[in-house]
Amino acid sequence: MAEPVSSTVVALESVSVAYGKNAALRDVTAAFEGGATGLLGPNGAGKSTLLKSLLGFLVPTSGRMTVLGLDVAHSALEIRSRIGYMPETDGHIPGMNAVSFVAYCGQLAGLPATDAMQRAHEVLYYVGLGEARYRNVETYSTGMKQRIKLAQALVHDPDVLFLDEPTNGMDPKGRDEMLELIRDLAHEKQINLILSSHLLPDVEFTCDRVVVLDKGAVVAQGPIDALKGSRRQVFELRVKGDRHAFAATLIAAGFECHETDEDVMRVFVEAKEGARALFAMADREKVQVRHLRPSVPTLEDVFAKAIGEK
Amino acid sequence: MPIHDQTYRRYAGRREPGGRAWMVVAVNGIRTIIKKRLFLGLLLLAWIPFVVGAVMVYLNASFPQFTLLSMTAQRFRDFLGTQDFFVFVITVWVGAGLIANDKRANALQIYLSKPLTRTEYITGKLVILAAFLLLVTWVPALLLLVLQVAFSGSFSFLRQNLYLFPAVTVFSFLQVLLAAFTMLALSSLSKSSRYVAILYAGAYLFSHAVFSVIYAITGSTKLSWLSLPGTLNQIGDIIFRLPPRYSTHVVASLLAVAVVIGVSIWVLERRVRGVEVVS
Repeated sequence: MAEPVSSTVVALESVSVAYGKNAALRDVTAAFEGGATGLLGPNGAGKSTLLKSLLGFLVPTSGRMTVLGLDVAHSALEIRSRIGYMPETDGHIPGMNAVSFVAYCGQLAGLPATDAMQRAHEVLYYVGLGEARYRNVETYSTGMKQRIKLAQALVHDPDVLFLDEPTNGMDPKGRDEMLELIRDLAHEKQINLILSSHLLPDVEFTCDRVVVLDKGAVVAQGPIDALKGSRRQVFELRVKGDRHAFAATLIAAGFECHETDEDVMRVFVEAKEGARALFAMADREKVQVRHLRPSVPTLEDVFAKAIGEK
Repeated sequence: MPIHDQTYRRYAGRREPGGRAWMVVAVNGIRTIIKKRLFLGLLLLAWIPFVVGAVMVYLNASFPQFTLLSMTAQRFRDFLGTQDFFVFVITVWVGAGLIANDKRANALQIYLSKPLTRTEYITGKLVILAAFLLLVTWVPALLLLVLQVAFSGSFSFLRQNLYLFPAVTVFSFLQVLLAAFTMLALSSLSKSSRYVAILYAGAYLFSHAVFSVIYAITGSTKLSWLSLPGTLNQIGDIIFRLPPRYSTHVVASLLAVAVVIGVSIWVLERRVRGVEVVS
């Protein structure tokens, strides 16, 4: 596996964006390093707004953004010639078949007509639409429309890809294939990418780094492994009795503790302390431990901690 | 090895310099439209008045008894007046979906994520419509002029009517720009090309109906600037040095055209965006 490019490809300094009176991004400062970076956040966190601002679709009320070292406010066209954007919503040029559509996008991005057509064929094969490339895009299924959106973003061989919810509406097999493609692009084809998603497994599978947004602000960013906290152990814990009270006691004692939808808590402890510390706490609080299983830190834990979920 | 490993390659070829994307938009749009046979039929139909005019030029040049058919400024003006109908039909046919269809298919975000400015996008779309409109106004009128000069056997006609070339050019472009800008602005307002077509036809006919009603009540033609076709007719008469058909001052008519084009540009500036913000 080739090493991803390591310099900063996208940087935001104190960027604020508003839709009328509603703030969508609040004083966002973030750096997206080369390779694959996940842009995580719940719906309405400002992920798509951030990407659209980087494309120049939205003008920030304050702050500065750079892509590949170029200022978005002054070099929008040059930036757009070097990036590929896969929008969240379906988008195509009406009345075209796939190969014409992708070639047209290549020409719009500055490729000569012959090269654009050749690239269109290659890219359509790459995304798995080789056999369906002469079909009208309007007849495509949702999964195929996602693939062709990726193809049009790739046709001019961008240096950076912005992928906005690329697996939306795809069946499990299609989703896996799409994630494989994204992973391949970032790690084998040396294309830097920002993957905006609210699906943690997608980001965890494809990305090396993550920027977590919540309510328009950055709440965590960095390499996924570092954010997971590899020096800590995590235990899944189920107790008999008032688990909310026990969770509160654990937090008060300095443990990181997330309650899940089931009656299971995920508790982080320092590696040197191990499970003994949890048994000691349970004994002190007269709580019966019914289930204790070592687990591994996941991106879900990072996300839960970052957005303050209990 | 998966197939995709064999098919994706980095691109190291030539890239076109910026500022040409409008041509890509225009050429693609024109290609798409001329693939429709029915539309080609309409274009052929729109050239029938030219054929009639050409026959008249030939008869006038070849047979002395047909001097009544001699080409004058009035005939060129009438020719372009006849083409008004085709301008209207082609504007509706070609123009209604130019932006509306892109909005329906969320294509604007695709277009504007490429190195293409909004001005280039609008220019490309404008060129598509303008090209077809000029093909049924300016091009046949100029050809008629050339035929007239060729058949007359001398340059005396050209010398005596030197203003006809600029007159035909200025009027045709004015006619085309007014129709194209108005239609593009309306097309940017909706996602339905049918609705846009109805809106354009309504604006065109309603504006003339309002003027006609006012004329019927007051007997005055001073308010011809209220009517899109009326405004063009008035300006056309002045450009071809003919007695104007309405009592409207030409400045008022020119101002009306400028306002319509100005408002259209303002609408396009507001509506052609990569992201639509609903307040």
